[in-house]
Amino acid sequence: MEQTEEFKQLVRARWRFVGPATVFFLVYYFLLPVLNGTATGFMRTNVIGNINVAYLFALSQFVMAWVLAGLYIRQANHVFDPLAERVRQLARRREIGS
Amino acid sequence: MNITLTLFLFVVAITLLITGWAARRSSTTIQFWAAGRGIRGWQNGLAIAGDYMSAASFLGIAGLIAFNGYDGFMYSVGWLVAYLLVLFLVAEPMRNTGKFTMADTLAYRMRAVPVRSAAAVATIAVSAGYMMAQMVGAGSLVKILIPTLDATLKPYFAWSTSLGFKLDPSIAMVGVLMMIYVIAGGMVATTWVQIVKAVMLMGGAILLTLLVLIHFGFNIGSFFDHAAAVKDAKTQLPFTSPGILYKYGEKSVWGVDKALLENISLGMALVLGTAGLPHILMRFFTVPNAKAARTSVAWAMGLIGSFYVMTSFLGFGAASLVGKAHICAKPDAAGKCATAALNNNLSMPLLANTLGKEFFGTFGGEFLLALIAAVAFATILAVVAGLTLAAASAFSHDFYVNVIRAGHDVTEREQVRVARITAAAVGIVSIILASGTGATTNAAALVAGLAFVIAASANLPVILFTLFWKRFNTWGAVAGLLGGTLMAIWLYVIGPGFSVAPPKNPAFPLSNVGIVAIPFGFVCAVVFTWVGGLVKADRLAEERFHEIDVRAYTGLGAEPGTVEEPSVMPRTATRPQTSG
Repeated sequence: MEQTEEFKQLVRARWRFVGPATVFFLVYYFLLPVLNGTATGFMRTNVIGNINVAYLFALSQFVMAWVLAGLYIRQANHVFDPLAERVRQLARRREIGS
Repeated sequence: MNITLTLFLFVVAITLLITGWAARRSSTTIQFWAAGRGIRGWQNGLAIAGDYMSAASFLGIAGLIAFNGYDGFMYSVGWLVAYLLVLFLVAEPMRNTGKFTMADTLAYRMRAVPVRSAAAVATIAVSAGYMMAQMVGAGSLVKILIPTLDATLKPYFAWSTSLGFKLDPSIAMVGVLMMIYVIAGGMVATTWVQIVKAVMLMGGAILLTLLVLIHFGFNIGSFFDHAAAVKDAKTQLPFTSPGILYKYGEKSVWGVDKALLENISLGMALVLGTAGLPHILMRFFTVPNAKAARTSVAWAMGLIGSFYVMTSFLGFGAASLVGKAHICAKPDAAGKCATAALNNNLSMPLLANTLGKEFFGTFGGEFLLALIAAVAFATILAVVAGLTLAAASAFSHDFYVNVIRAGHDVTEREQVRVARITAAAVGIVSIILASGTGATTNAAALVAGLAFVIAASANLPVILFTLFWKRFNTWGAVAGLLGGTLMAIWLYVIGPGFSVAPPKNPAFPLSNVGIVAIPFGFVCAVVFTWVGGLVKADRLAEERFHEIDVRAYTGLGAEPGTVEEPSVMPRTATRPQTSG
């Protein structure tokens, strides 16, 4: 099964999304402690009233996590699931064929 | 009689009744679901949230923010973002390849005896660390509900000091009671218990957040003005500013700012640890397929994220409305606390008390305090049940049955007995550890950090490599599990730890050990895979990879339900109740 074009396509499709998405969220996440430590003055700057950059950036992490999760789920439902189903059908046909 | 205590006991009794009822109800439904339909995605999502949001989240984070301002909020961010890793790389493949415990997935590729033994060690270490945090939280609750208890019981615990450790009376009392309930109750860590608890916890947080916002007339600007008006005593920084928990520019370690390293190290543990928590991983084996695993993570992320956003309002609210100087179990007549007695785990209950008094009078204050304490207690009880189950199943299923008594018939009664003894042992160890290390008045969130470091250093590398790395073998798995666990614990022991009064020059400079321990776990797994390959080729591990690979991506050959023999399980909802 591992050698079939169908399976390879599924693996490629998954990693093409999951790879960059993982790198992106890790970089975005670690940017928060790094900026807090290296650009402390900037992070302490107030934007609206007493709400500062550091708090807004922390809040944006929640939005980032939810958006990325939403994108992944859409991708999984519309792309990965049909591809996986194709592999499963192929496996079933082979079982009957043999 | 103390009104708050009476109310608290009343609310706890109702909670126990509800969970007991729910647990009994679930005995048929669980079997039915396990038979192939599975727990629905949203239900499992609620249950994951219930299993995940412990004393560390409910009492701990709000407490850290109330005492250290913005820096405490890092826990909230990290513990949510962590779920992206679970969603992208772990949840679906685990569901497709696993059976019942994390070790089952590993043992599918590796030699069962060494891998199961090592996995049992790591699982028990993570569970004990997490349990410590729960004990700290529960102990704090008892201290505020019965302020005289510690002083009254102190003489009875003198023996522990002469044995070389110091038992905290509150923690010991509540810990033992909780263990008895969990062990005698058959470790009811069922999905419904977690769901009931998650709903209560969200309800409590929403109620308090609303009251905070009403206090400030829903004016967010004014809310933050008040939070920024609170200044840290040492640094004179406003509470909304980063750099209070770990002060920037104070000291440097390895040529880098120590505070920066602490924060990065903390971030690594938080964001990488969740994907290695055994009691969370177990949740993915209760759903019918990968799609449901995916949906349940999405639900959990929605709930957990909303809760964690609220922690900033609760924490800053407690800082400005109650004030750090007033947060302890026994304030004096003027409402002030002795510095040594300050206990940030009590920020949430005391915020509830203050807001209740403001809106509903003295009785309202007592009532809201009792309510929030009861919600926290139910939270802790449910998490302790889940952890006990994870630890006990790791020892009993993975180690006792498959290693010690391998090849023998082990009766169900014997297994249950072993599981109970394990549960009691883990409970006692975590009570002792929670009492010591000066953690009794320290934030439950800080203590829970240890569990996340072990999970990230020991379990995560081994899980990822088992699923995605063809050449990974038994040597690498065992080395990763043991190396990661031991390194994390060792660095923590020789480092400053989370003691309120840390030693001056610890052998390891950081209290957050993730920055060294986590890479060490990965390196151990890689290096010993290579060494193992030189010693003897692990053909099975490589052969089985081709199966696990296909299974992880497609679900081909995955377990249809949670039980080992789905064919004997009922397939219809109308089957009469089978108890026991």
